[in-house]
Amino acid sequence: MTSLTSESVESADLAAYCLMLGDDALIMSHRLQEWCARAPEIEEEVALANIALDLLGQARLLLTRAGEAEGAGRDEDRLAFFREAAEFRNVRFTETTGDFAVTMTGLLVFATWRLAVFGGLTRSRDAGLAAVAKKAVKELAYHRDHAAQWVVRLGDGTDVSHRRAQLAWDSALGDAAELLHAHPVELRMAAAGIGVDPATARPELEQVLAQVAAAATLRHRPLPEPPRGGTGRYGEHSAAMPALLGELQSVARAHPEATW
Amino acid sequence: MVTARQAAETVTDPELPVLTLAELGVLRDVRESDGVVVVSITPTYTGCPAIEAMRDDLRARLREEGYPRVEVRTVLDPPWTTDWISAAGREKLRAAGIAPPGAAPRPGTIDLGPIRRAVRCPRCDSADTVELSPFGSTACKALHRCRHCLEPFERVKEI
Repeated sequence: MTSLTSESVESADLAAYCLMLGDDALIMSHRLQEWCARAPEIEEEVALANIALDLLGQARLLLTRAGEAEGAGRDEDRLAFFREAAEFRNVRFTETTGDFAVTMTGLLVFATWRLAVFGGLTRSRDAGLAAVAKKAVKELAYHRDHAAQWVVRLGDGTDVSHRRAQLAWDSALGDAAELLHAHPVELRMAAAGIGVDPATARPELEQVLAQVAAAATLRHRPLPEPPRGGTGRYGEHSAAMPALLGELQSVARAHPEATW
Repeated sequence: MVTARQAAETVTDPELPVLTLAELGVLRDVRESDGVVVVSITPTYTGCPAIEAMRDDLRARLREEGYPRVEVRTVLDPPWTTDWISAAGREKLRAAGIAPPGAAPRPGTIDLGPIRRAVRCPRCDSADTVELSPFGSTACKALHRCRHCLEPFERVKEI
């Protein structure tokens, strides 16, 4: 039996942790990119593409760091394009797709949660993670504000937009409980002063969502208790994930030797 | 012979070519050791695709000036802020018809009201301007229109 030193346990955990945070950004970015040429107005298309680009930038840094910590020679492209669905560690929440209200509500919840988690990460003992977080929090803050402005406009808009915004809100709130579940890797990283326990994001998430719901005239309820496991963090994804990856990975897999 | 720093300081930004990387605050450090020039740059936005072009432009310029061995490093911390755009850089932006950024926002609570910014038209200096889109042709710019001279213009966003 091989015994692992505490250092190698820590670097395996660091690789797994960076993969989680990187996969969240990659899959969320992909879902936002799907609005290209489909958004309700051209300014919004540019906005969603820009937000998707910020998240893709975060994904690149985090997947690169995951590959380095893993030490098996996998770079960002290898990790993004040549893993199967069950090897991804993003929260299922990022896989959600639907109408414009679903996207904006999802972006609001995601950006608010990630901003709270990354706020803590700016104080990480790992200088690389802290640097990524310090850069990312500025971007996440305006992602959150942009989505919040839209949710208010939709919720406090016409009867039709209000009804669809309420449906999106109820659905997103139910799904958001997953974001507060802490995987054992996240707990160990938090205990080591490197990561953040996502459950600690609850007060900030609750406070911002209640504030936006009130301004948007949406019926609001507190977030349900998080599931005990079986989330995207364990590689258990929604039925939509294989099709999503099929599109995300198709070019790289069709031309595996291509460079760009 | 110009120093490596002087050479690097003449390289312009690929997306805002009126500004040098130094004026933009993206060029963080230039030093030489054992015949290798190490240039440190910081991205404006995490996903900014211009960083690759900056890397190539820096290498090419330094090669022209007689520095064949160049290493370009990307540093993230401290994160770039528009507050680092120099006074000369702000004047050049304005002269090119791009409104320079105001003071960078401090992290705070969410603001759900309409956002009002006092942005002056870079062409006619009127304060009667309206934001058309908070996201513009590149990640770092928003789109505005002047209600006085009726011209559209871009603004470098505060971050």
